[in-house]
Amino acid sequence: MISNSKISPPTTQPLALSHYTVVNALGRGSAATLGALRNGKSGLRRCDFMDTELDTWIGRVDGLEDEAVVARLHDFDCRNNRLAMLGLAADGFESAVAAARARYGAHRIAVIIGTSTSGILETELAYRRRDADGRLPATFNYRTTHENYSVTDFTRRYLALQGPAFTISTACSSSAKVFASASRMIASGLCDAAVVGGVDSLCMTTLYGFSSLEIVSTAPCRPADAERSGISIGEAAGFALLEKADGRNDVPCLLGYGESSDAYHMSTPHPEGAGARLAMTAALQRSGLEPAQIDYVNLHGTATRANDNAEDLAVSGLLGSATPCSSTKGWTGHTLGAAGITEAVIACLCLGEGLLPASLNTTTVDPGFSMNVLLENRSQPIRRVLSNSFGFGGNNASLVLGYPAT
Amino acid sequence: MIIYLKGIAATGPGFENWDALRNHFAVGADLDPEFVPRPQGTILPSVERRRASPTIKLAVDVAQEAVLQSGLKAEQLAVVFASSNGDTNTLHHICEALATPERFVSPTRFHNSVHNAPAGYWSIASGSMQSSSTVCAWNDTFAAALVEAATQCIAEQVPVLLAVFDTPFPEPLYEKTPGHQPFGIAMVLDANSQHSLAGLELSIETDDQPGATRMNDAQLEALRCDSSAARSLPLLAACAAGEAQQEVVLDYTEELRLKVVVSRLGD
Repeated sequence: MISNSKISPPTTQPLALSHYTVVNALGRGSAATLGALRNGKSGLRRCDFMDTELDTWIGRVDGLEDEAVVARLHDFDCRNNRLAMLGLAADGFESAVAAARARYGAHRIAVIIGTSTSGILETELAYRRRDADGRLPATFNYRTTHENYSVTDFTRRYLALQGPAFTISTACSSSAKVFASASRMIASGLCDAAVVGGVDSLCMTTLYGFSSLEIVSTAPCRPADAERSGISIGEAAGFALLEKADGRNDVPCLLGYGESSDAYHMSTPHPEGAGARLAMTAALQRSGLEPAQIDYVNLHGTATRANDNAEDLAVSGLLGSATPCSSTKGWTGHTLGAAGITEAVIACLCLGEGLLPASLNTTTVDPGFSMNVLLENRSQPIRRVLSNSFGFGGNNASLVLGYPAT
Repeated sequence: MIIYLKGIAATGPGFENWDALRNHFAVGADLDPEFVPRPQGTILPSVERRRASPTIKLAVDVAQEAVLQSGLKAEQLAVVFASSNGDTNTLHHICEALATPERFVSPTRFHNSVHNAPAGYWSIASGSMQSSSTVCAWNDTFAAALVEAATQCIAEQVPVLLAVFDTPFPEPLYEKTPGHQPFGIAMVLDANSQHSLAGLELSIETDDQPGATRMNDAQLEALRCDSSAARSLPLLAACAAGEAQQEVVLDYTEELRLKVVVSRLGD
């Protein structure tokens, strides 16, 4: 029995991202993403996903079609869990978690994963294969593939963890909010560490769904550009091992988080970015930092007219017009429920390398914008990054990542 | 970890609302075998009400009832919504549309398909700009959502509206995922004990025994096992009972159990 029934109210404390990993259209592992960021090489390509006939660009991860999940978890085999496994296998993440498991105990490490569509592609394909009576194929397993907890269940089984576990599914903010929940769990004493992450894979639902909303670009996405015309959908997996920082200053830490709702519209952001600003403000307050102490903002920056307008108002309203900002979706595409973790890991890479990435594909910043959008990569030491993730339902989350003050 | 219950609502097969279920548990009043929830979504503005599915209406109905009972203002409340399968009818219609040559996904269906659609509709209807999360953990969704809500109450010092709801899939998915009769449960929870109905002390256990608390009544036990939302039934029974203190155990992942000690504070 865990003695946690008497817990004093927690105080905010930095959490170290002691290990992290990411897989996306730029390649497998952090080095592939960092290399592409340095070289200005986008992972986007013309849509060649299965039998889709859409005039758009996507961030597809190569090889998912050919590599099944490990045999012991074959029930979980689907594109989304294959992508999760690539992430867990990269960057030495699996062995880092094994060491943490030995240190804390399997039941003291939580697993909290964000996804928007999990393995829905399996259900889409199963519907195509209904028999004459309309029944789905016998081999189709809803629970271990499509169901939104599947990816979290797969992750905890793959890593042999036994702590509290759940999925957060709040569309495109999902895998930013996992950091907030993990922080509360650790502060409440329900666990000592957490594996957080996000996994979303290409599927017909999002490709055709965003197309019918008419917010998918026919060219590679151009965040904050005057000529921007919508999103490029991508797929990605990312994970981080969160532990109490306990004075560590050699790895990036979660310094703050903020969450809010727009209370405005299901699929259009608040026009003045009011909800976004609330989330950013809360993240700054929790980190104890002033706006001027933020060195770089990784924007949600989807390249839709509405998102980028609202985010510009929120960012410039709170931080002014000097702080360098960019969206990295020109590299990875919009990885939806995996965007939060993807961009949190990018923030960690930028902190480690002293790299401020440009808004790739952006040539002329929208003349109506006040925020300072980077058009070229810049090298300079940075200590604190604000990362934004906003989703359908007006769901907002902002993270402050960086090195704690010494 | 102790949190306090300030409002409670439930609807499901056999009972329209919390009063009916409480009377059953407290004084043995009969449940209505004919009753099935017919969600209205009355809190939703008319445009949203037209767009909302039965799953969304079930969620906001039960949420609204709990908030009314709590006496707190909806816009003050952070939100944790949870459901194991989300909007089951919408997911079916989208997969069906994608299996046709046209592959046309209706924009409204698409935004209704996100797992947090009910929470999004709730924030629009209630005006709450507070944090809003939507979680799931298969059959253990209720326990996971209760823990998420409790840690928010304590860490953020904000009252939290918890709503857990499930609806059945239509065929052909129903064959693969049976059960999930419409069931909704909502609680308003707070770190502050003032004006509360009960105290809930949560702790996580690694022991196998005792296992999850079962319902004594066979029909209610079958209902408990029917969906993740209905797995709240033992806790609802404890909240309805007049006992000074009662312990409930909920499954919480394969290896863990969530123990909830319910202490009665007032009426």
